[in-house]
This record gives sequence, C-alpha cells and structure tokens, in this order.
Amino acid sequence: MAEVSLRKIIKAYEGGVQAVKGIDLEIDDHEFVVLVGPSGCGKSTTLRMIAGLEEITGGDIAIGGTIVNDIPPRDRDIAMVFQNYALYPHMSVYENMAFGLTLRKFPKAEIDKRVKNAAEILDITPLLERKPKALSGGQRQRVAMGRAIVRNPKVFLFDEPLSNLDAKLRVQMRTEIKKVHQRVKTTTIYVTHDQVEAMTLADRVVVMNHGIIEQVGPPQELYHSPATKFVAGFIGSPAMNFFPARLEEASGALRLHLPQDIVLEVPEARAARYRSYAGKQVLFGIRPEHLTDDKPTDKTNPAPLTLTPEVIEPMGMETLAHFKIDGAEISARLDPETPARAGEPLRLIAHMDQMHLIDPTTDKVI
Amino acid sequence: MSATAAEPGAPGIYHKAGSLSRERRWALWTAYASLTVAAIIFLAPPFYMLITSFKTSAEVAGMTGNPWLVRDPTLENYWAILANPMFARFMLNSIIITACVVALTMVISILAAFALARMRFFGSQVLATGVFLTYLVPDTLLFIPLYQIVGGLGLLNSIWGLILVYPTLTVPFCTWIMIGYFASIPKELDEAALIDGATWPQMLLKIFIPVALPGIIAATIFAFTVSWAAFVYPTAFVTTPDQMPLTIGVVSQLVRADTFAWGQIMAGALMAALPPVIIYAFLMDYYIAGLTAGATKG
Repeated sequence: MAEVSLRKIIKAYEGGVQAVKGIDLEIDDHEFVVLVGPSGCGKSTTLRMIAGLEEITGGDIAIGGTIVNDIPPRDRDIAMVFQNYALYPHMSVYENMAFGLTLRKFPKAEIDKRVKNAAEILDITPLLERKPKALSGGQRQRVAMGRAIVRNPKVFLFDEPLSNLDAKLRVQMRTEIKKVHQRVKTTTIYVTHDQVEAMTLADRVVVMNHGIIEQVGPPQELYHSPATKFVAGFIGSPAMNFFPARLEEASGALRLHLPQDIVLEVPEARAARYRSYAGKQVLFGIRPEHLTDDKPTDKTNPAPLTLTPEVIEPMGMETLAHFKIDGAEISARLDPETPARAGEPLRLIAHMDQMHLIDPTTDKVI
Repeated sequence: MSATAAEPGAPGIYHKAGSLSRERRWALWTAYASLTVAAIIFLAPPFYMLITSFKTSAEVAGMTGNPWLVRDPTLENYWAILANPMFARFMLNSIIITACVVALTMVISILAAFALARMRFFGSQVLATGVFLTYLVPDTLLFIPLYQIVGGLGLLNSIWGLILVYPTLTVPFCTWIMIGYFASIPKELDEAALIDGATWPQMLLKIFIPVALPGIIAATIFAFTVSWAAFVYPTAFVTTPDQMPLTIGVVSQLVRADTFAWGQIMAGALMAALPPVIIYAFLMDYYIAGLTAGATKG
C-alpha cells in the first residue's frame, strides 16, 4: 500500500495533440480516488500512465515515494481491472487469479492460500475450476478483481470496470467494490465516466475535462461547492439548471433578473460574495432538487417563480418536470403527490441558499 | 410428438410465405448443382488415379473398354510400390523435409507475427505488408535466384537445401495468418499480462500461443500442405533419387526408360496424397476457424 503522486503529468501524441495537460494530484495511502469526466477528458490515459501502459511525455509519477516513470508495469507493484475483464480465456478462474503470483515464483501453498482467500472475499469459491467463458459478466468482473486482490499490490487501478454490466448488476458490483476496499484498504484509483459511480465510491473525486483537472474533492464538496461550470453541470443527475441572468442591486438588495421577467432575490448571506458582479451578466445555476414545489420555509430563502412544464416524468419516489426557458432545458424535482400537468403553469420555489452564480467569461463559480 | 405440434398441411403463420420457401428451394438447388459440378471437377483426377492404381499394366496399355472402370482389380501396384526401397526413401525424405520446414516455419512465423502484431515499433506496418507481398512472388520465379544462393551454400542436391528454401513459400502466408489471429486477441490481455508480471517472451508462451492455438494449427496445416506438395523447388534443386521427396520421386523414378508404370505411379501418388488428407480430415474445423478468425473478430 502506498501513496501515489502525479506531478505536472503531460501526455502528448504525435502531431502535438495533448491528451493530458500537466496535471498534479496527490493520492493518500488507503484512499479511494475516482477520476471522472466525459470521454476524451484524459482520465483513462492518466490511469494507463500510472499503470505504465502508456509512456509519459512530461512530469513525474511516484508510487510509494519512488519515481516510476521508467519502471515497467510489472515492477510497479500495481494491479489493474479492465473494462472487458481481460481474463485469460484458456485458464481456469483459479489459474487466472494465480497467474501473477506464479510468474513471481511464489510458493504453491502461498498462492493457494491467497487465491482461496480472495475467492472467499468475492464469493467465487464455487467457480474456481471454471473457464471464463462459462461465467456471467458479473462473475467475470469478480474474477478480474480477484486477480488484483491476490497480488496484494500497492495500488489498485480500475479502468471503467462496470461499463460492460447491465444497470442492476452495476449497482450491485459498485457496492461490492466498496466493500472490498473497506476490507483490503489498498490505495485505489478508479476511472469512470459515470458520475453516480464516482460519487458513491470515492473518498475524493477528481473531475477531469479536456486533459486538465477541473476540481478535486470529496463527493459532497463537489456537489455543494463546485468550482467551475463544468463541475457544476457534470456532478448531479439530472444536471444542474443554468439560466442566463443579470445581477442588479436595488436599495442594498441584490436581485437576479432571469428571462421571462422572472426576478429572484439573492439571500443576504450571499450578497457580499456577489456584490462586485452587480450590473453584470452572470449565469444562475440551481440544481433540480433545489427547484421544487415545496412549502416555503424561512431557512431556504425561498423565491417563488411560475413556469409551464413541457414534460412531466413520474418516477415513483419523485416527479421530474422539464421546462424550456429561452432555449435552455430546465428541470425541477417535484413531490410525487403534486398534481402537475404538462402545459399548465406550475408554481415553484427556488431554494436560493443553494444557488450558484457563474462568471460567464471564466466559467468559474463565483 | 406433443399435442401442440402443428398438423401437417394445416395453415400455420407462414402459410402465405409460399414464395419464400420457393426462393429457398431455388437457392438450395443452385447450391447443390454448383457443388456437384465443383466436386466432379476436383474429384475426377483422384478417382481416375484410384481406378488406374487397381489396373494391371496390361489393362492400362490395352486401350480397350471404358477407362473409368476396372476389369480385373489388383493390388499388385501397391505391393510393388511398397516393396520398392526408393519409395520408402522418398517418403522418408518428404517426412524429414516437411517436419523440419513446418517447425522452422512456425517458429519464424509466430515470432514475426507476434512482433508485427503487438510490439509497436517503427516500420512494423510496412514490414507486415512487405511480408505478405513476398507471398505474391511465385516459386517459379523465385527458384532462379534461389538456385544461386543454395548453390553458393553448397546445398544443391540435398534435402537440407530444400529445408532452407521451402520456408520462402510457407513463412509469408503463415505469418499473415498469425498476424490476423494475434490481432484478434484483445489488447487488454497483454496489458493484464504485463501488469501481472509477464515478460514479452512469457506473454507469447503463456498467453498468445495457447489462445491462438486454432490459428497456429491452421498455419501448421498450411505449411505442411505446401511443404509436402512442393514440386518446383525439388525439381530444380535435387537431381539424385536418394535426396528426392515423394512429389518428384514418384513421377521421375518410377519410369523405366520410356515405359511408364502408370499403375505404380498412381498408387504412389495416392499414397503420397494420403497424409494431407488424413490431417485435413481431423483438423478441418481448426483450419477453418483459424483462417476466418481475423475476419469475424477483427
């Protein structure tokens, strides 16, 4: 087990295209870090550079305090779980899990002990004699994890391990991965494009976009205090709503002027932070769960507004309402009992204590 | 039969699909017709060989009656050829040459294909195409410069000279088959092996060769067939009977002056053709799977 540090890591391909543009990241021992971002953001490339499968163009990668830039994958003491499992098709589950240890010339008894122990953790003991083709997707993924666990490496690397599984199994395996980490506590770096996976698994989430790190932080921090418009829009499902707005100051109070003549009052607690933007064009961000039909309370600094939903989606535990304002898609989370109908005006409450303002020139959250 | 099975003749859900079944019938008939024509064309020569091998020399020379029938079947040609020490020599030469060539070919092809398919290096693409292009040069052209080389090495009129030159016929295509097969193995498999601690040779031996076994079998069969049936090179490079393989031995040495022992030649040719037939019969499925692997998985 070890800490991992990335210093000014650059990956450039022939022709000068930079996939990773000089990122810095410190990962603590035992930590579970998730790299998340849209396709092409450089998250997988970063993971593969840590694994040693991809050469780095610039910067340093250290695992457990040792710089590993020029060390081949086999000597980095890491284990990796791939999206398509990458099990050796001609070997049984047992042989698949034992392969790494056999190559490292571990004694037979030790290999047997480790494989059986890992099989028990992952609940795959009855499958040990089977070939990978006789396993379901979920079982294959467990074997792939088992192959990583038996090695007892310094770092686990997961490259979108759940993407090939169906939705139900994905949720189940997500819990499984978390359980395994709680048990073996190996430093883990996990890549996914699914922000729900990132939020549920991570001690810290690293949001990447266009080869740079947008923000690093615990899931709740990213959710409540996103640093940029990208993070605000990427984390959370359905995504945060963005309205073009104008911030105006009148008799000491700040007000947001939205399209369709909607005016919302900015809570006093936020006034100091936003005052310098008075008179300027900003982007007003609010999550669907903070745009509701709740009964107003003082605590949430409620601001009423009336909108006409285009589509109503009852989900059971909640109902989603979708609106269109000046071309922007807006959604709100409603109480399932609300008798909302598409095409009929609906009175909503914006919980202004959860609002975000974004500077449209820098895309940074103010 | 279960009670729910449709009655014969009862209008099922496809009762209006008469045209479909007619189309299918036509397709089947066309397929059978063309396959029959192909089978006749390809099976007629070996059948004629078989018939002739059962005839006495007198019957062959008689020129009377239907040549496709045997009047007095005899095994004397087979006994004669089996008792002929030269035939045993030819067979042994063919076996030695083929075994060595197949082994040499597979070692070269597997190593070359692994490097070309997996170890990204400068010019690997060009090299892979180049290897295939060499396959397009026919042996009827290649033997002229090869004669110089084999002669320079002092290996003319020797089975070792043949072992040296046969791979020019087998290695390019076998390498090509193996590149296709190795390329169909997911990249993550070598990455997993690299992380598991494998070196490149270990990855080849423990992962690629076992996984690509159908491809290797296909390439082996190809190398075997080509090497067993090679005719131009031994004709050009071998002159004495003791160094001849079956292909040229049977046709050149079983002729006494201007008398052709047709029955023996046919019996010898049939027996010479037997090993590839046996091998194909047992390994056909692997051969097809190996040849089509790149096409379906790539």
